[in-house]
Amino acid sequence: MINSENAVLEARDVTIRYGGQAAVKNVNLSIYEKKITAIIGPSGCGKSTLLRSLNRMNDFIDHVTQDGEILYRDTNLYDEGVDPVEVRLHMGMVFQRPNPFPKSIFRNVAWGPTINGLPGDINLRVERALKQAALWEEVKDRLDDSALNLSGGQQQRLCIARALAMEPEVILMDEPCSALDPVSTARIEDLLFELKQNYTIVIVTHNMQQASRVSDYTAFMESGALIEYGDTDQVFTRPKQKRTEDYVTGRFG
Amino acid sequence: MTLLAASKYRWGEAILRQLFFVCAFISVLTTVIVIGILAVETSSFFEEVSVTDFLFGTEWRPLLEPKAYGILPLLGGTMLIVVGSSIVALPVGLACAVYLSEYASDRARNIIKPVLEVLAGIPTVVYGYFAISFVTPGLRLVFDDVQIFNAASAAIVVGVMVLPMVASLCDDALRSVPSSLREGAYSVGATSYEVTARVVVPAALSGIFAAFVLAVSRAIGETMAVTLAAGATPNLTLNPLESIQTMTAYIVQVSLGDTPSGGLAYKTLFAVASVLFTITLVMNLLANKVMRKYQEVYE
Amino acid sequence: MKISPSTNGDSLGHRSASLRRRHVVASLFKALCIGFTLFAVSVLGLLIAQVGADGLPWLDAQFLNNFPSRFPEKAGVKSALYGTLWVVSLTALIALPMGVLAAIYLEDYAPASRLTRVIEINIANLAGVPSIVYGILGLAIFVRFFGLERSVLAGAMTMSLLILPVIIISSKEAIRAVPSSIRLAAYAVGATQWQVVRSHVLPAAIPGILTGVILALSRAIGETAPLIMIGALTYVAFTPEGPMDEFTALPIQIFNWASRPQAEFHELAAAGIIVLLAVLLTMNALAVLIRYKGTQK
Repeated sequence: MINSENAVLEARDVTIRYGGQAAVKNVNLSIYEKKITAIIGPSGCGKSTLLRSLNRMNDFIDHVTQDGEILYRDTNLYDEGVDPVEVRLHMGMVFQRPNPFPKSIFRNVAWGPTINGLPGDINLRVERALKQAALWEEVKDRLDDSALNLSGGQQQRLCIARALAMEPEVILMDEPCSALDPVSTARIEDLLFELKQNYTIVIVTHNMQQASRVSDYTAFMESGALIEYGDTDQVFTRPKQKRTEDYVTGRFG
Repeated sequence: MTLLAASKYRWGEAILRQLFFVCAFISVLTTVIVIGILAVETSSFFEEVSVTDFLFGTEWRPLLEPKAYGILPLLGGTMLIVVGSSIVALPVGLACAVYLSEYASDRARNIIKPVLEVLAGIPTVVYGYFAISFVTPGLRLVFDDVQIFNAASAAIVVGVMVLPMVASLCDDALRSVPSSLREGAYSVGATSYEVTARVVVPAALSGIFAAFVLAVSRAIGETMAVTLAAGATPNLTLNPLESIQTMTAYIVQVSLGDTPSGGLAYKTLFAVASVLFTITLVMNLLANKVMRKYQEVYE
Repeated sequence: MKISPSTNGDSLGHRSASLRRRHVVASLFKALCIGFTLFAVSVLGLLIAQVGADGLPWLDAQFLNNFPSRFPEKAGVKSALYGTLWVVSLTALIALPMGVLAAIYLEDYAPASRLTRVIEINIANLAGVPSIVYGILGLAIFVRFFGLERSVLAGAMTMSLLILPVIIISSKEAIRAVPSSIRLAAYAVGATQWQVVRSHVLPAAIPGILTGVILALSRAIGETAPLIMIGALTYVAFTPEGPMDEFTALPIQIFNWASRPQAEFHELAAAGIIVLLAVLLTMNALAVLIRYKGTQK
């Protein structure tokens, strides 16, 4: 099985409820360092909820309760003394629809590091992040332009750069390509192979081809429960659970 | 139904349509007539008083000798009220809006919003009363040379009067900023202050600006509170503790008095009203233009 | 280019000083916003307390039944109250039909033409014109030109012009809120445009329209400046018996009393304010009730 030696994040018996309904039921999942872990499943299976719990983004939703632990290295992210703002310095996030700030391209990337007082030359930091997001060449001459003037695919890469500028350890991606055209999607998928060398990535996707192309490990969820988790190769070609087999062969979902 | 009856039916429809149109057109008529009256009487006024004397003169004494027809004291009085009320209404209104849209629970919102609506519905004469019965005595406790009629009292209550409108419009502006923007800001490790003040408020800026312009416009047109509390002394001053007179208060003064209609003194009413109308019209047009542009951004 | 992720400080749980400072700023900011909101709310409380303290002692049946007088003990709001009721009723009779019909035109009949645009811009602008300018309009047109002098009718017509833009705008919203599926279904069974509006659109929009009208009327009740401009008297010792009679109104009476130097008259003004606020409260409660019942259907 997967050895849990270099698990960066670990969810233990995590159950998340909205009001009375359980969106995530008793999930046990480990995320491994510098690997890409995909979480797949039909709509409403709880994958986004689980992802958002990793960087305390569920804190903003009313009436959410959570049981179980989410460990980042040795700390439970939901312990009393843990500062959610600090958590998000370690976990970057890219959202389903590009959500750049209505500011300049430069400010979008520089904002997070500036308010957090991250060290070093900010211009260098912005340049590095934009290069890593494969956007530098296209915007280097117009950094002061409004980010809203970029195309959808460019905006999403900008959002990736924004996350990278914070130098997080983990990047969480919530269906990052679902609002993009196939060309932009392909560009971002290529990007992921590059990024994986330096970052741990968790990607939620309903696009199975994407998951099988890009990820090292795949977790399949259904109705809030984790049905199967293993090597991507194995999950897609020799699934151990029938439900998994049905889903990846397209019998439902 | 025979074809003949049907055409009669359509004839009836046409009449109704015309009737409805007339009702709607009355608004255009109103504007035309207002502008017409003001223009006619004001140009008649300018036959006897030069435009430069009127617009730039620093003395306003149309009813007593030696007569002077410079509008600056009235304009200055109005501006004192505008500035003073803005100091109260704009920050407090914006802060209320921030609280309502970013921090308040649903329950708190359901209490505070109606309270603000009540504040907005209180007639201006009541605010005038509050100024002379509570605010002016209060100010006299704190400061030494507060005159019985003073600009500051009026400015404060006008500010309170306008505050709910600022809060409501800014609240709308803030709430139309998509929540995905807030999430993006939080995700790079920002505190609620940084998200609210550095991302959300700047994103809603044109709506907030429109709210501010409308608030200023309302303060300019405000009549009863300033008439009761600010005084009837045209006085070009920067000191809010003195008695002044606004354009609107002057118009009221003339109407309440026995100024013979047709005389020059009477025409001053229209001249001042023209200035008032023009300023508020320009501000409202500006605010509407900004609001429309701002709505496009988030469509 | 390879960048290794920094370890961003120690393990979680040890907040750096700058992070703590930022959290303090965040709490202060939130407290500031709450504080300002409480300030706004407390002003309302102060205002009501002041008015109540000054006015309640003077509020009795005699006050409601007497006419104004030189002697504060004998003074009352009867003429003002009646005058206000007369003006408001007439204003409602004039402004409601005109406003609703105009709104119907703009929402259901008007083509998307330049003229329509001009009309709508006009209405938006008129909503922001200071009330005193409407007073001037009323003076020139209704009092002078139509020769109505200082009558209830002149007052009502002036007030109607004042609140007409507000009624049109809120009625438009109410009519627009009626789903187009209702209209389409009615047209589909061969109804004429007016039949559709009269039998299907209007009934659905009536709660919204009524709410808007009542709120507009409550604004009208509190308006003083236009009535002063058209010459509503400040000392009236009779109640109007017909639309051509002279009159006074509650806000004018309040203004008159508050302008006098004597303290007793100020307190009378406060009592008058209580009556005015009571009338307003009733109207607003009515509006809320109608809105509530409208959403029950």
